Amino acid sequence: MNHSGAEFLMLRSKTNTMRWRRPALSESSFRKILSIAGVFVLLLLVAIFFSLVIASFPSIRNFGVRFLFSSTWDPVKSEFGAFPFLLGTLATSFLALVISVVFSIPISIFLGEYSAQGSTATFIKSMIELLAGVPSVIYGFCGLFLLAPLVRMLEMKLGVAPYGVGIFTASLVLSIMIIPYSASIGREVISLVPSDLKEAALSLGATRFEVIRKVILPYAGSGIVAGILLSLGRALGETMAVTMVIGNSNFIPKGVFSPANTLASVIANEFTEATGSLYLASLIELGLVLFIVTTIINLIGKLIIRRMGVEG
Amino acid sequence: MKEPSIRRRILYDKLFKIIVVLITFCSILPMFFILFFITSKGISVISWRFLTQLPKPVGEIGGGILNAIIGTLMLVGIGMAFSVPVGILAGIFLSEGRKGKLASLTRLCVETLQGVPSIVIGIIAYIWLVVSMGSFSALSGGVALGLMMLPVIITATEQTLKLIPGSLKEASLALGVSYSRTILKVILPAGMSGIVTGILLSIARVAGETAPLLFTAFGSPFMNFNVLKPINSLPLMIFNYATSPYPEWHTLAWGASFILIILVLGLNLFTKIVTKRWKVQF
Repeated sequence: MNHSGAEFLMLRSKTNTMRWRRPALSESSFRKILSIAGVFVLLLLVAIFFSLVIASFPSIRNFGVRFLFSSTWDPVKSEFGAFPFLLGTLATSFLALVISVVFSIPISIFLGEYSAQGSTATFIKSMIELLAGVPSVIYGFCGLFLLAPLVRMLEMKLGVAPYGVGIFTASLVLSIMIIPYSASIGREVISLVPSDLKEAALSLGATRFEVIRKVILPYAGSGIVAGILLSLGRALGETMAVTMVIGNSNFIPKGVFSPANTLASVIANEFTEATGSLYLASLIELGLVLFIVTTIINLIGKLIIRRMGVEG
Repeated sequence: MKEPSIRRRILYDKLFKIIVVLITFCSILPMFFILFFITSKGISVISWRFLTQLPKPVGEIGGGILNAIIGTLMLVGIGMAFSVPVGILAGIFLSEGRKGKLASLTRLCVETLQGVPSIVIGIIAYIWLVVSMGSFSALSGGVALGLMMLPVIITATEQTLKLIPGSLKEASLALGVSYSRTILKVILPAGMSGIVTGILLSIARVAGETAPLLFTAFGSPFMNFNVLKPINSLPLMIFNYATSPYPEWHTLAWGASFILIILVLGLNLFTKIVTKRWKVQF
């Protein structure tokens, strides 16, 4: 032991005098820095949550649970209730989800089963992915100037008040925005279906449609649902596009065509104008609600996907 | 039980395929519409003066978007200044301590952070920086963008470093190179292309963000290089102009949208091409 220790020391002194450059940081401190970076991210999330709670505390104390169920949002009287916005958020998101599923499932089937390779598939795949890259303010802009007039014409035909903007328009814009999310995960889980399962069904005389309906969709079902959940998380939190086309009304919406507000859009609209700490705290509490809801939905989606063995 | 005839089954099969193909092709139409309208309305606005002048008050003809372009660059730069180093370090941490409890907890946090709505990030930057410093500032906007870039960079770093074979690391360690030098001089350079792609992706993700800037960077019609003062950015400018009641501002917004979409989609396409070419392979 002694011997080897001495040898080691000698070796070290030798290398020290030779070309050995001392590392800029010692080993333990390097590992420490790495861990600190990891812990930092962890603390960041904790800090985000607690900052939201603390900043919305005046509103939490003042309104309690009533905040979620009261339908008056009246800054003048300092009465704040989130119900119209919860309703607006749920209505736009679910309507958008329904519309987007009509498109995203066929896209995933097309890209995952019918045409997994080839230039057509690559082209469609990159077009869909680009859709996810378009900034939301541009969706809002196009929605406001191109889609809203069309919706207004439709509303005049239907005989409802022709606002042009409202839940329906917002849902249409949102549905286009979230297609890429559910479609890309759907495609991935469909392409993961083992080919021996499909071939077994085909060899028994099933048509391709029957294979898709009875083998692929049941097998990939939970993954597709997870993709839809993730796109729902995205839809709930989408701000700019919705803010621009939803019409910004703080009352409980009367129908799919009426103007409304979502949690995110009311924050975007009123945050800089909020006077008084209670008003600001109420807006931040809306943010807190949004944060909790989207986080839960995202985590459930990610959990299902991880079970399927897909790298989300 | 009555089986449907084979002819009917084949008919269903064909019908289904036709429907799937039709819907798939329909769903890429919005992308074409957006590109077409932005280009047709925006390209006529673009001129040298549009790119190099400051905005003008309502009523005056002309006016440009120079301050918004500079502002976007500054905001992204501030965001990168803290999210790139932290992101890379945290990514190394995750790929090195793969199975630890802390690592899996951190991974969960990164995923959660990725899903936080952008408007909530804006509120956070407001609470942390705008309130404590007393005014809207480029700094707070940049931090908000940085918070959104962070998870993208961490995930990209982790995924890239995971692909690097252990033999590379072991060879370096066996030669007597210290752990920190192995990571910094062997592993990191080997995965550099993937990390750079991740950074580019994160820039593409935040360059078009408006919501986190609404009450942090706030927007300003002036040229500003001071990080403690409000600053304009392209998406913010588009939002303000598009929701204004003045038609000439709408025209400017189309022009700014054209520039923004070229910038963001260009960055996306570039990243995709680069990813294919630079793919970390061993």
